[in-house]
Amino acid sequence: MIKNFIIFIIVLVIGFIFFSIFLDFNGSEELKGLGKYYAENGAEEVGAANLVTAIVVTYRGLDTLGEVSILFLTASIIGFVLSLSSSNNEDRKVRQASEILKTTSKVLVPIIFVFGAYVFINGHLSPGGGFQGGAIIASGVLLLFLADPKRKINHKLIQWIEAASGISFLLLGIAGILLAGGFLDNSFLSLGKLGHIFSAGAVPIIYIAVGLKVGAELTSIITNYNEIQKEEE
Amino acid sequence: MIFLFISIFLGIFILLMGIIAVQHKNIKVAVIAAGTVSLFSSILYLLLAAPDVAMTEAAIGSGLSTIIFFYVLNKIRKTKTDD
Repeated sequence: MIKNFIIFIIVLVIGFIFFSIFLDFNGSEELKGLGKYYAENGAEEVGAANLVTAIVVTYRGLDTLGEVSILFLTASIIGFVLSLSSSNNEDRKVRQASEILKTTSKVLVPIIFVFGAYVFINGHLSPGGGFQGGAIIASGVLLLFLADPKRKINHKLIQWIEAASGISFLLLGIAGILLAGGFLDNSFLSLGKLGHIFSAGAVPIIYIAVGLKVGAELTSIITNYNEIQKEEE
Repeated sequence: MIFLFISIFLGIFILLMGIIAVQHKNIKVAVIAAGTVSLFSSILYLLLAAPDVAMTEAAIGSGLSTIIFFYVLNKIRKTKTDD
């Protein structure tokens, strides 16, 4: 009873804080400071039609590198911990997936993969990018597992894709130091014309690397979770 | 104006789903409700002109994490019956 009362008081206080913030909030009419700089110079300096991509890959590229490494660390820790628990996928009894799910997965999975690739290749033109495209590809793999839980995924292939894309991301960043202004500077390739697929210098290549890396990491997480499942009741 | 109404409706729906996710006795229903929160908040992000965030939320929040919850739930149940 006293516990519930304390929780109620805490919720009330948090609600009051948010309500007073809401009352004080009046949206600013124009951008200020750094945001203004990005909005004014982003299109010229980076050449990406999608300003979010320009910020995420070049101006704040180091943060993206950090996020990718955090995701890598998460995937490897999950793989490490789950590999400790005994897994034997062979003698696993699973209920057959329905015919609708099997057929739909055959039709949809290639389309999902292509859409994911589209999202990260067009990251500098349309909404989305490496993380989103990678997550879409991983959800395609998830659909494969739903249709056939015993499906084997080649771990070596996933590891190689992840390692290669991670290294190429770093090398592209270092190429920015050597050939252009600084780490992850994209202007060592031609900036091209705003809004074209071959524009924004190295941004599409970096986003392809990020997309493959994120897709491989999320896929390895799902694969690890799928392989420890054993239903033998 | 219509955007405001849709946003308010979505907000109320998200709140309801959040309450279900916390309070429901059946844990499967709670996990599904948590996934629905992500799905509807991704629509809300889209209305607030953040398509990048919306894509991430829809793919990871409502897709991958829900399934990972189910995987873990299945595993936990199994180890419980072993004891």
